[in-house]
Amino acid sequence: MPEKFDVIVVGAGPAGTSCAYSCAKSGLKVLLIERGEYPGSKNVMGGVLYRKQMEEIIPEFWKEAPLERPVVEQRFWMMDKESVVQFGYKGLEWAVEPYNNFTVLRAQFDQWFAQKAVEAGALLINETVVTECIVENGKVVGVRTDRPDGEAFADVVVLADGVNSLLSKQLGFHREFRPDEVALTVMEVINLPKEKINDRFNLEGNHGTTIEIFGDSTQGNLGTAFLYTNKDSLNIGVGTTLSSMIKAKLKPYELLDYLKKHPMVRPYIEGGESAEYLAHLIPEGGYHSVPRVAGNGVLVVGDAAQLVNAIHREGSNMAMASGKMAAEAIFEAKKEGNFSESSLNRYKEALYGSFIIKDLEKYKDAAHTFEKYPQYFKDYVPMMNQAMSKFFTVDGTPKREKQKEIMRSVTAEKGTFKVMQDIYRAWKAVK
Amino acid sequence: MHIVVCVKQVPDTKIIKINPKTNTLDRRSAPAILNPYDAHAVQEAVKIRNKSGGTISVLSMGPPQAVAVIKKSVEIGADQGYLISDRAFAGADTLATSYALSKALEKISKENPIDLVICGKHAIDGDTGQVGPGIARRLDIPPITNVIEVSEFNKEEKYVHIKRKQINGYEVIQSQLPCLLTVEKEINDIEYAPLPNMINAARYEPVVWSVNDLEDVDKTQLGLKGSPTIVGKMFSPPKLEGGKRIEGDADSQVEQLMEVLMERKDLFKIKAANS
Repeated sequence: MPEKFDVIVVGAGPAGTSCAYSCAKSGLKVLLIERGEYPGSKNVMGGVLYRKQMEEIIPEFWKEAPLERPVVEQRFWMMDKESVVQFGYKGLEWAVEPYNNFTVLRAQFDQWFAQKAVEAGALLINETVVTECIVENGKVVGVRTDRPDGEAFADVVVLADGVNSLLSKQLGFHREFRPDEVALTVMEVINLPKEKINDRFNLEGNHGTTIEIFGDSTQGNLGTAFLYTNKDSLNIGVGTTLSSMIKAKLKPYELLDYLKKHPMVRPYIEGGESAEYLAHLIPEGGYHSVPRVAGNGVLVVGDAAQLVNAIHREGSNMAMASGKMAAEAIFEAKKEGNFSESSLNRYKEALYGSFIIKDLEKYKDAAHTFEKYPQYFKDYVPMMNQAMSKFFTVDGTPKREKQKEIMRSVTAEKGTFKVMQDIYRAWKAVK
Repeated sequence: MHIVVCVKQVPDTKIIKINPKTNTLDRRSAPAILNPYDAHAVQEAVKIRNKSGGTISVLSMGPPQAVAVIKKSVEIGADQGYLISDRAFAGADTLATSYALSKALEKISKENPIDLVICGKHAIDGDTGQVGPGIARRLDIPPITNVIEVSEFNKEEKYVHIKRKQINGYEVIQSQLPCLLTVEKEINDIEYAPLPNMINAARYEPVVWSVNDLEDVDKTQLGLKGSPTIVGKMFSPPKLEGGKRIEGDADSQVEQLMEVLMERKDLFKIKAANS
């Protein structure tokens, strides 16, 4: 007889592990199934872990979790071919408890987090692929895996199977996602001695920096690149929506290669040894792409529910928060002994009442706007660079005249009306 | 029917790096895994048990984290496991290791008499292949090495038929039970473990014994003290020097290549078979 659990969680990433941890903590019998060799072996993200949502699951996690550096500085680059306009913020209040966010290496962090779930009482099995949900009388009652005798049953199955979520697609919760709803990101971990990192990024001790790079980093396509500092390595990566890549006939590895050779980026990574190469899809469809998240005996969390805020590069925090909300809904359902959709919809209500869906709603048209009107990345970033260059080049022209000239060159290229229209459209998309 | 399989946790030598300065293994660079030969040993035990019934116990010596290889063995199908873990065992060579393991086997045997011990041919980190035969000698049972098939297992009349790999073929032998086998990889294919095994393994907590849990132990034969082997020197094979690059257009490349080949034509002399 296949074993029955209270909860089966599919996928040991931040969402699944958070859910398994919270369920196990409240005394439920949990099976956590991961397809990789170990949790984290197949997971990819740029590398920023936000403190707030993690702390709500494991207080003071920074005292024991394998973190790389607390981020004390966030920089933003508007990059052209041979120039960059930079702004950012560095604050030492981020260097002390309770911190703001951290850089992490997922292969280590996810393993640690899953181990916490195991300590809380969850059963973790690796190298096992869930091939489908077992549905009886319109209710999900378990999962079927690719192993012999591979069935297991549960009151609730939580789908944390990542961006493509084949399982929730099988259940008819969402259609195939369109190429403009997902981004393809490629990244490398580059080993570099700690001293070199601290010198190059102007850092002290274990302090870390994140740099988000717009413009020429994606050759003007909708997307961003990033450069993050770990203890003795750097994460460098770039991603654009799949649709931009198809349209511009870009190959992802060429894009990363271009970035690594870019004269503004090259000096930071010079001499480093490439340690890992990773690629992954990121759900960036936002609010409009969020599928059905609750059904009879089933919940969908994290990337599988498309919970990523691309504008603020938030994802893992939303994943963790959603996993926790799912666990709370399951706990309530268990008390009632009712695992129907209407009971589990508590999760949906919590999700829609939280920062997660509110933030996705705020930016619901942003990606669409920037994809439809490529001038923001293609034209305005170079313009901004030219303007800065003109303004700061000392050539005997009075500053007021320079300002006029800059304004003239911007409007001359596009026309005043068009520029105003673009500004209004961008403001509307992110307001 | 009681089969005990001895297993070892080893660094995955396929990906391990060697520190060029100290010539030692950089253990952080490779994950710890169940020694691949030992996995086949467990799988063979599972095959025998599934046919003849009985219990499979797994025994390992190592630091506390070595419980991972016992859990892995339970995934493959072992029923239970023992880990002997103690500072006193640390730094053991093959002599001290086989002594410690044989003491643990004696204790296991008291609870449930052992009919068969199976080990991997060797561990991929040390490559000595001495621990298996060392245990057999101490338990006074026949050691049968390089096993590629257990063709018959007769628990009533207490004998086995074994195929042993030889340089030019194989040897078929019959042995009494109990005996000790060390197995080659070709003895079987590791099966994709059933889901219930995975769940059992996730839940399983092996028995952990310290040195004081074992009986009649002569502590001078344990660990570093009991190890006469001294590693004099470790070195990596010298790095090959880079070759010469031939440049230029196709014709001049061919010309240059021919020159090199003619200079070294001795390398290509075909030796007559009987000269």
